[in-house]
Amino acid sequence: MKTEIVKKYLRLDKMPTVWCPGCGHGIIMGSLLRALELRGRSKNDIALVSGIGCSSRTPGYVDVHTLHTTHGRAIAFATGIKMMKPDMSVIVVMGDGDCAAIGGNHFIHAARRNMDITAVVYNNGIYGMTGGQVSPTTPYDAFATTAPYGQMEPPFDIVELALGAGATYVARSSVHNVPKLDELIVKGIKNNGFSVIDVITPCPIAYGRRNKLTADPMKNMQWVKEVTVPRKKAEEMSEEELRGKWITGVFRDVEHVGLVNLYIELEEKLKRAKENKGEEA
Amino acid sequence: MAKRKIISGNHAVAEAAIKAGCRFFAGYPITPSSEIAEKLSEVLPKYGGRFIQMEDELASMGAVIGASLTGAKVLTATSGPGFSLKQENLGFAIMAEIPVVVVNVQRGGPSTGLPTFTSQQDLMQARWGRHGDQEIIVLMPDSVQETYDLTIRAFNLAEKYRTPVILLSDEVISHMSEPVDIPDEVEIVDRAKPDVPPEEYYPFDSSKGLVPPLAPYGTGYRYHITGLNHDKTGFPSNDPEIVHNQMLRKLNKIRKNTDDIVEVEEFKLKGAKYAIFALGSVGRTAKQTVINLRKEGVPIGVFRPKTLWPFPEKEIIELGKKVEKIFVIELNYGQIIGEVERWVSKYTEVEWYGRATGRLIPPREIGAFIKEKIE
Repeated sequence: MKTEIVKKYLRLDKMPTVWCPGCGHGIIMGSLLRALELRGRSKNDIALVSGIGCSSRTPGYVDVHTLHTTHGRAIAFATGIKMMKPDMSVIVVMGDGDCAAIGGNHFIHAARRNMDITAVVYNNGIYGMTGGQVSPTTPYDAFATTAPYGQMEPPFDIVELALGAGATYVARSSVHNVPKLDELIVKGIKNNGFSVIDVITPCPIAYGRRNKLTADPMKNMQWVKEVTVPRKKAEEMSEEELRGKWITGVFRDVEHVGLVNLYIELEEKLKRAKENKGEEA
Repeated sequence: MAKRKIISGNHAVAEAAIKAGCRFFAGYPITPSSEIAEKLSEVLPKYGGRFIQMEDELASMGAVIGASLTGAKVLTATSGPGFSLKQENLGFAIMAEIPVVVVNVQRGGPSTGLPTFTSQQDLMQARWGRHGDQEIIVLMPDSVQETYDLTIRAFNLAEKYRTPVILLSDEVISHMSEPVDIPDEVEIVDRAKPDVPPEEYYPFDSSKGLVPPLAPYGTGYRYHITGLNHDKTGFPSNDPEIVHNQMLRKLNKIRKNTDDIVEVEEFKLKGAKYAIFALGSVGRTAKQTVINLRKEGVPIGVFRPKTLWPFPEKEIIELGKKVEKIFVIELNYGQIIGEVERWVSKYTEVEWYGRATGRLIPPREIGAFIKEKIE
């Protein structure tokens, strides 16, 4: 049944994907497709927008309106679509570089204005497509082609960033917990505002090989399991124990009117004012 | 009956945009173009349109492209430094063939330069600001009336050729107020819609001519758009033949239609022995110079492209064959002179005069330069 759902939304003639063996991106795409089915929108009412990188190849494989834009700018393009097509489900998929480095400004402002867009972040802590350079979420001390002596900067916590900027649905999961991931993405799409789902996923080729995980998919998946900790469990752990871990779960889920709806209200108000003026005259 | 009113160049852009059917604006504040955004933030929601001030110039360029894909006519406006930032996604719009209108109100540069003063230093940035081969349509008004008219034309050309169009104004034209005749009816062009069912639709199908139809989002046509080189379906391709043919089509849709796109103004050129080549606001000082010199018996006129790019090659060659000298007057340190020489140096002499100090060059000064060169 699950396979049938995935097939329904895939552009099967575009298979196989560009993703390497052991990459988690296909798992996230699978979750996204099942979430689309659960959300129950027509394919004609969905836009899937991406920037640049491995994650951003997702739209090419999905049979909806798909837009593969420039590095970091997917949310900006998506904002234009959503403003003019408020009834469409607009989903952005992006990598950690897209989201937290080159596109950081768009990310925080979409959160601030609570744009009704769902952002799914394929967070593998590395620039995979360009060959393994350090990213804004590369773990401290990890190795990358541009961090040959180990990463000296702390990683960005995308959940904290989204919460601070005002996103109304913020969650994190990993490709190790797929049923949960399906559920979180559905909730994100349903939320009438800016939703962020940060997904921890492995990159065996560009990250694993340089960080004692080898290219073995199982070892990399094990690593994902080890570095992710559910919220409840994390509450019982010390700061020391939580170092280098990503806490998973739902961090915010609130109803708050976003820009698009406010704009529609404004238009109706202006229309009424014009009609009243007409009656007076 | 046209309605006459006095408005600024920037407000003329806003009014013309509404008239042309523009229903989405995304921008970022920058002098001297901000009045366009200010006006549209007030007016657009009254016309069922939408306005958003984005977090930066890159985002506003991205947002208008996204909005255009829904079928809306879209506008963004900026000035020099902001125009530099727009280039990234402007290149995307060229590659993906998305109709957008971009206003660049030129100010002094480089860098922050002279924010509140005029210049014409972005002629080449408008042409070549993006990486990669491409054609681009750039229009330059010399009055508030022409700002109004060319703004409407910019929307029509963007829709007709499925391409970005740049309205290259400057601080003088944008901030001065003049009487403008607002016509009741204007010619409006809408982008071609698919004439085939969704399963037979390809967004870059060369068999549909140089400008394949673009289906608006949400109308049942699902397709892929990418900034990567792509085949007719829109999906990435690095097949040399496909890349070549798609590139040629994108270039040729402009190149083979220059006769339709190019407009020039000729002022007192009939029987003239000399010509001033002027763009935008320089057209105004050039015309006054000609009026002054004609009084002194100098047979001179003005040649002013309203379409800067594609360059009016045919028209300037004709001019070059007729006159003994062309005086290129620029508000920069020598940009369009190279293009003029490229086409006419075989036929006539070209002299150059210009500077970019934020001010127009007075007609008496241009006149003195011309007289010195023809005596």
